[in-house]
Amino acid sequence: MFRQAPRLLARATSIMRARSFSTDLPAAPTSDSSFVEAWKKVIPNIDAPKTPLSFMQPRPPTPPSIPGKLTVNFVLPYQSELAAKEVDMVIIPATTGQMGVLPGHVATIAELKPGILSVHEGNDVTKYFVSSGFAFIHANSIADVVAVEAVPIDRIDPALVQKGLADFTQKLSTASTDLEKAEAQIGVDVHSALNSALTG
Amino acid sequence: MASAAGSSAAVPFWRAAGMTYITYSNICASLVRNCLKEPYKTEALTREKVHFAVSKWADGKPQKPTIRSDTPEE
Repeated sequence: MFRQAPRLLARATSIMRARSFSTDLPAAPTSDSSFVEAWKKVIPNIDAPKTPLSFMQPRPPTPPSIPGKLTVNFVLPYQSELAAKEVDMVIIPATTGQMGVLPGHVATIAELKPGILSVHEGNDVTKYFVSSGFAFIHANSIADVVAVEAVPIDRIDPALVQKGLADFTQKLSTASTDLEKAEAQIGVDVHSALNSALTG
Repeated sequence: MASAAGSSAAVPFWRAAGMTYITYSNICASLVRNCLKEPYKTEALTREKVHFAVSKWADGKPQKPTIRSDTPEE
């Protein structure tokens, strides 16, 4: 039985080698070459029309050595907070805990929980409170953070936070249906995160 | 082939209660908006305004639409 193992393993790995990992892809193409060639065969006199692919900025190739800075794009639905800003590190509030992202971080998709996002550039630290969202860290040291609401910490009113926390803790104890309990729990989580953002 | 484990992933409490991620995310965002200091709070609440009209169709004709709107009807 084990005599077959090397042959089966070799077959499995050769199938996997047909696809490359996203960590070492070359730059993405800017035009669909097979479409352009097929067009030229049929209509050689007119230029092929542009496809959406040629209007997009191509994905840059993964650099062979780790870049010195992390490029961060931090967007909200109504505004772009940081656009291609080069920083040293960002700490994102992932559901699995505070995650520090340095240049050369492994490609990751992280769901964010309500918490503080801090952007470290030299000696400056800018902190935002993020309500929830996602962070996509690509292999070429570009991080895209998308959130629904993100506010600098000094715009949060401590009195409203305390009141909200008290309200929702009370709602949690009196909630009856699953949905009410879930909403009250969300309220408690968000307000406690806001509280620790103000005091921490 | 490899479907031995059915749905063994731990679901977050809101999904277990029947809520979708978008609902969860919007609730979190509106709670944060309600805890802002004054000039920012009024700006943020304008961002929450929703306006949509939904019509169900029956026999190829739209029925009366239900309109959900935070802006006063003109």
